[in-house]
Amino acid sequence: MFKSRIVCFFSEAQSEQPIIYRLVKDFDLVINILKADINPRKQGYLVVELSGERKAYDAGVAFLKDLGVRVEPLSQTVIWHEDLCTQCGACTSFCPTGALNMNRETMEISFDNSKCVVCGMCLDCCPTRAIEVHFDLTPVGG
Amino acid sequence: MSIERTYEEINEKIRQGKAVVVTAEEVIDIVAEKGLEQAAREIDVVTTGTFGPMCSSGVFLNFGHPTPRMRMQRIWLNGVEAYGGIAAVDAYLGATQLPETDPENKVFPGHFSYGGGHVIHDLVAGKEIRLEAISYGTDCYPRKKIETVITLNDINEAILFNPRNAYQNYNCAVNLGDRTLYTYMGILRPRLGNASYSTSAQLSPLLNDPYYKTIGIGTRIFLGGGIGYVAWHGTQHHPNVPRGENGVPTTPAGTLAVIGDLKQMSPEWLVGASYLGYGASLIVGLGIPIPILNEEILQYTAVKDEDIYCPIVDYSEGYPYKKSIDLGMVNYKELKSGFITINGKKVPTTPLSSYPKARKIAGILKEWIRTGKFELTKPVAPIPSAEADIEIKSLQERPVNGFNNRR
Repeated sequence: MFKSRIVCFFSEAQSEQPIIYRLVKDFDLVINILKADINPRKQGYLVVELSGERKAYDAGVAFLKDLGVRVEPLSQTVIWHEDLCTQCGACTSFCPTGALNMNRETMEISFDNSKCVVCGMCLDCCPTRAIEVHFDLTPVGG
Repeated sequence: MSIERTYEEINEKIRQGKAVVVTAEEVIDIVAEKGLEQAAREIDVVTTGTFGPMCSSGVFLNFGHPTPRMRMQRIWLNGVEAYGGIAAVDAYLGATQLPETDPENKVFPGHFSYGGGHVIHDLVAGKEIRLEAISYGTDCYPRKKIETVITLNDINEAILFNPRNAYQNYNCAVNLGDRTLYTYMGILRPRLGNASYSTSAQLSPLLNDPYYKTIGIGTRIFLGGGIGYVAWHGTQHHPNVPRGENGVPTTPAGTLAVIGDLKQMSPEWLVGASYLGYGASLIVGLGIPIPILNEEILQYTAVKDEDIYCPIVDYSEGYPYKKSIDLGMVNYKELKSGFITINGKKVPTTPLSSYPKARKIAGILKEWIRTGKFELTKPVAPIPSAEADIEIKSLQERPVNGFNNRR
């Protein structure tokens, strides 16, 4: 069993396609949608956890790329800049998955990329903008 | 026999490299283990630290004169206006000042990505800053306009002067309303969704010297990574508030005005900050050494998170509209655990001030003193303490019709 979190970026035309259906039906992948912003006749993105046989996973991702969907690993999408972080810990109280976590003994912050679902709450509450996301999550301003 | 020490005796030990210095965190266990009397015999200095957003911060700058000379009337640094209503080529840049082009809260909540605090951060990091200034021109100062690029090294003086820093205790902020609030206490989720607080508590300077018995005008301090001084008590200084049996105020109380040379400071300890929907600010690193003159002073420095209480304040109605809503008190051990209970509800806590960085500041100050780089100063005058009769005034509004008393 192979599991990976990816971000899929869709063009206007691609968002009309039943892509998730094909991934399930043709590639037998288990799909967990973590976050999505897809609207008819608009570009959008999907943060998704795919799990299944390694071969099926690779074939599924290849299918997405063939359609012209831009696929990026989630780990390269959200970056915690430790040098900019002041270790205040505000983000840890908003992070819904505990990806940003505070050690209560030392009060120090850590970031576990594998738990991140790209909700974007940390972007709003970080006063030094120490967390960077490589695609625009918010409709205005970013 | 109880121990008594003078500033001179402590400084002599510092010069000899023999001073015993511990942080306000370390002192807690030492006092618990050895008892107050023995610990007071051994410890000469306790260091404190805090690293949090301090909006009432800014820097006085002197740019030097261009040729021909100029009385800079309006001045912008990276598009952020600095106050020029003082002498020629002097200016004061405040941490919360925004560029005129900032959309502020027109699209709510605003992002406030760059303001005065960020300019100060860039200055202290040695980055190039765009300087623009205009003037009306005089016979002595003919120049009317300038646009150039400066760095911290290029200018004559840069003096950090913060009129209100190091707040002694502060509110724990919550939101009883139905919509998310964007405040200087950070994002407050509706219906008691979270509770924010801002202090280093048992490491915080004024919570370790609650009656300002050693901290006063002229006290030498760690400021922004360099050496600074307490200039005065800060604005809104309010020492005559309710206090616990340990002397620690249970509401926001004392404040300090501090001053120091920006050119010695570091971008690690002066960091520009943006609060969604609120504005720009500056996160300031500040640490104060406390000389252990006697057992009483040591007793104060041994204060623990669980002995420091603050009020829980509603920021939907209570704070902005000055409505009295009693939500009780909470201590910092509870706040630092990650959750507190308010009206029977478990509420996650949101820190705004960095405890690990506060600990690091207390550690740096400890090393400076241990290695003889930093000697203690006796205040040249005290700041008002608990016996003061200070009233925090509200601004009264009066009709202005017919009032034109300019001369």
